[in-house]
Amino acid sequence: MALSGLFLVVFLGQHFTINLASVVSKDSFNELSHFMGNNPLVQFILQPILIFGVVFHFVMGFILELQNRSARANKYGSYKGSANASWMSRNMILSGVVVLSFLGLHFYDFWVPEMNYKYIEVLPEDPTRYYEELVHKFVSPVRVGLYVVSFFFLALHLLHGFGSSFQSMGLNNKYTPAIKTFTKIFAIAIPAGFVFIALFHHFNAL
Amino acid sequence: MNLTLKVWRQANTTTKGNFETYSIEDVSPDMSFLEMMDVLNEELIQKGIDPIAFDHDCREGICGMCSMFINGEAHGPDRLVTTCQLHMRKFKDGDTIIIEPFRAKAFPVVKDLAVDRSAFDRVQHAGGFISVNTSGNTQDANAIPIEKHDADRAFDAATCIGCGACVATCKNASAMLFVSAKVSQYALLPQGKVEATDRVLNMVKQMDEEGFGNCTNTGACEVECPKGISLENIARMNREYLTASIKG
Repeated sequence: MALSGLFLVVFLGQHFTINLASVVSKDSFNELSHFMGNNPLVQFILQPILIFGVVFHFVMGFILELQNRSARANKYGSYKGSANASWMSRNMILSGVVVLSFLGLHFYDFWVPEMNYKYIEVLPEDPTRYYEELVHKFVSPVRVGLYVVSFFFLALHLLHGFGSSFQSMGLNNKYTPAIKTFTKIFAIAIPAGFVFIALFHHFNAL
Repeated sequence: MNLTLKVWRQANTTTKGNFETYSIEDVSPDMSFLEMMDVLNEELIQKGIDPIAFDHDCREGICGMCSMFINGEAHGPDRLVTTCQLHMRKFKDGDTIIIEPFRAKAFPVVKDLAVDRSAFDRVQHAGGFISVNTSGNTQDANAIPIEKHDADRAFDAATCIGCGACVATCKNASAMLFVSAKVSQYALLPQGKVEATDRVLNMVKQMDEEGFGNCTNTGACEVECPKGISLENIARMNREYLTASIKG
């Protein structure tokens, strides 16, 4: 879980960098998206690894949740979880399910049309199409609302999960306070950045 | 103080339990929680009711026998104390106190508030020791120089009394804090390094077989531990386990 989680965190940072380019420069975003969508290394090696990482992370998450629930078959009449642990750490499965649902929407919005464009309909490649496709998706206020809610839950998931992955890998030493601070900043800044990008394109298109 | 107690009653492991409500009057704030339970039991006996079964022994926070889940927390609302060290001054007149056994699949209820924690013994037997030849020329442990910092951390880990509060409070009923404390107290010392590989592999294997849950690093165990065992021990055990797995 820790390793796949850290791998997904690295991917998230890379995804954010490319998305941020859409706010700065239309041409840069098109160029980067065209590279990511057509480079054989990205398409046929990194993309399958990423999909495996995502599937592994949520399947393991569900398996661990089931094992943990069965480890306490009889529930407490009174259980004060908030007295000793954060809401985020106690509800990783809830935030994870929201993020997973968002991934379904995200794949439906971007990945499925992209696969259809390139490999099913085999349309002629247009390196300038990506920016317009992105902006078009953020016209709908409902979709933007779902993005905002999803990234709020992603932030909650990262607030516990990112720092926790270092502890799971055996790293708890004098650098731990610095790691915790960095992971908190990352967990808030990156989802907030994604929300900013969605809102920027939504209001820009009005 | 006058209190209302909602206590878990269960005849044995196989029967289904339920909460029973009892009223207790004139409780002194200076009583320990177990003394209050003793008074309640005397009243129940006088009324011809079966007294409440609960574990206790030293009553000074050393033996790790007392094991009550009080108002939603292992060993009650106070920090760094066992149930026997908890005083009634932590409660207010008129309070309702909910008292339950430590709940985990690996800790079956024996009767009422007493649970079977022999799973911890089996984990300990799987590797929580060092093998020493006692044929007559055993080396004095004090003759081996050990860095003060390591000795202190090993001692801190060794203060775990195996009460099971970590399991009881963890939302996953994980025993990682207990097992990691037992692994750490040896991993930090030269005497423990000889069998380090087998120790961590065997203890973790036994822990999994007992049906404890997985650690998700909520940190609840560290907060509720009456001896303040640190999460650093879990990280150390994870390192030991990773190294041992690579070595085979």
